[in-house]
Amino acid sequence: MNVKAHINKLGWPRIIIGLFLASMYISCPFLGLDLKAALNDTFIRFGMNAVLVLSLVPMIQAGTGLNFGMPLGVEAGLLGATISIELGAKGFNGFLVAILFAIIFGIIFGWIYGLILNKAKGGEMMIATYVGFSSVALMCIMWLILPFKSQDMIWAYGGSGLRTTISVENYWYRILEKVLNLKNINFPIGEVIIFIIFAFIISMFFKTKSGLAMKAVGTNEKFAKATGINIEKERIKSVVLSSMLAAIGIVIYQQSFGFVQLYLAPFYMAFPAIAAILIGGASVKKATILNVVIGTFLFQGILTMTPSVVNGIIKTDMSETIRIIVSNGMILYALTRKGEL
Amino acid sequence: MKKNLINNIVPILILTLIALVFPLSGLRVIPTIQEIVLRLSRNLFLVLSLLIPIVAGMGLNFGIVLGAMAGQIALIFITDWHIIGIQGIFLATIISIPFSVLLGILAGKILNKAKGREMITSMILGFFINGVYQLVVLYGMGNIIHITDKKLLLSRGYGVRNAVDLINVRRGLDSLINLKIYNVEIPIFTLLIIAGLGFFTIWFRKTKLGQDMRAVGQDMEVARSSGINVPKTRVLAIVISTVLAGFGQIIYLQNIGTMNTYNSHEQIGMFSIAALLVGGASSSKATIFNAISGVILFHMLFIVSPNAGKNIMGSAEIGEYFRVFISYGIVALTLVLHQWRRKKEKEYKRKKEMEAIMKGELNEKSI
Repeated sequence: MNVKAHINKLGWPRIIIGLFLASMYISCPFLGLDLKAALNDTFIRFGMNAVLVLSLVPMIQAGTGLNFGMPLGVEAGLLGATISIELGAKGFNGFLVAILFAIIFGIIFGWIYGLILNKAKGGEMMIATYVGFSSVALMCIMWLILPFKSQDMIWAYGGSGLRTTISVENYWYRILEKVLNLKNINFPIGEVIIFIIFAFIISMFFKTKSGLAMKAVGTNEKFAKATGINIEKERIKSVVLSSMLAAIGIVIYQQSFGFVQLYLAPFYMAFPAIAAILIGGASVKKATILNVVIGTFLFQGILTMTPSVVNGIIKTDMSETIRIIVSNGMILYALTRKGEL
Repeated sequence: MKKNLINNIVPILILTLIALVFPLSGLRVIPTIQEIVLRLSRNLFLVLSLLIPIVAGMGLNFGIVLGAMAGQIALIFITDWHIIGIQGIFLATIISIPFSVLLGILAGKILNKAKGREMITSMILGFFINGVYQLVVLYGMGNIIHITDKKLLLSRGYGVRNAVDLINVRRGLDSLINLKIYNVEIPIFTLLIIAGLGFFTIWFRKTKLGQDMRAVGQDMEVARSSGINVPKTRVLAIVISTVLAGFGQIIYLQNIGTMNTYNSHEQIGMFSIAALLVGGASSSKATIFNAISGVILFHMLFIVSPNAGKNIMGSAEIGEYFRVFISYGIVALTLVLHQWRRKKEKEYKRKKEMEAIMKGELNEKSI
């Protein structure tokens, strides 16, 4: 294969972003920044976000599009986390309880969401966005009226409902490292291991009969129908799987971050994850585990590196603006590529 | 009759909700009417700017935020140049045009590459251009782009402040001709401009270009084979919408009187679209009546929700979140209904065609 074919295969945006990130790492020592710490930060963020990005894969594979409705799955995860804290479950058990409830709610929410998306074939992405938004608003009401009692979650004096941010310090903060007895190492081994487990499960799933059926629906719906696959059911299955993974993903994110963020926090959560998987080379119709790994690393790399590097060069923090341009530019690029409708 | 009811289910539901909740909100009638008149004059122009791309079959144009940004850039300039009152507003509209046209062409070209998913693409495009806007306004202005009035800039010497005081042009349009009926102030001039846009839209639909757009909206293939330049027509629809949105944002901001440089435009697309849909429009059909009733109903929700929430649930927050839920939920619901209806129509068409083919075969055999 010649160079041009290689470049086309990788895609220009990926090459540009890759080179951009590499140049930032290289420039680190010249700007007096600690390269090791910078890489470490990138890995920590990778560990936090990888499962969230992975959650997009089933829906893309089943042809249900980019899951702009991810906040719905995230809300399921938030319910899992808050219920776990309410029950007072601490340590690794607490984490498992949170995951368990996250999965249960993920399945319920995902199933309803799947039914909605089946009614909206061809316009999934737009509708998904709004299902996500409205679910955030509905859950905002829930956070205010659900009868949570735990002192760690409600306002100390007055005020009704749960706090906007809840610390998990006393429950399962960085439990994935603690459980491996790696308290002093900053590298997120626990998160990486758990990501590998889930990635393995997903890639195995797509080799089973059920997974292949799902993929067939995404590749060619008419063909799938002809072979007797129940399209509606496969689509719902993919949505449930995606929502479930998003729910698990947010719990992993929280245990690494240290806080459960409620209310409007999940509002725009879908966009960075979608940008990440697209940077990794996924398209609206096709995504692999490798796309997830590369994409999350590149995207989170840019997020961690731009503030410090740009600050080092021109003494201004432009990170937020660059993040907006890069992530939405990536989504835009994917939406406008030909032949993927 | 039944079909009418189904088509207007959304406004009927919202109207019922408001009718039920209004007495409980404890609001008085006259101030509420004043509020509604104010909000009509503030928002209707923006909502009307959505209509033309719908005719062209491009769905709800979230890209009106691009126009809004163009309008805001124009307002920053006239504030910097200290141009006062109606002249300032007039100049701002003129300055906004080139920016809007450029952004509109860009948006139209991009949407031509994303046929079939215009809405989500225009939404992401809005986010993307917002980033570029930040780059220009927050880092470029006062640095590369010359700003004379240092009071407009952040203390670091470049970048426009978070809030720009539009005192020079505040209510410049609204107070030009002002009528007071039963303590309700009516900004006649602004409403006249809005009416003008309404008539323009009606007239425009009847022109050659308007008819072309309708043809493109109904079936691109047919339009192409009848000699219409489809991509160009689509770009034009977006350009017109963007330019109008720029004007709309200027009208909106002159009424409010201060501009949140980095936030004022963000919600414009979402709110305008929600208002239009609440009025009973869909992503393929929208009338001026939809726009007017939509703005009234949607903003009634705004006014009523916090008070009703406080009185019914004991918390204004719950009412506010409920309103957010309703407005996003309505958008999701109408989009689902629309998609579902389109699917049914397609199936029906296919069935008819099949029947026709079958019949044809039978006839051939009998011959």
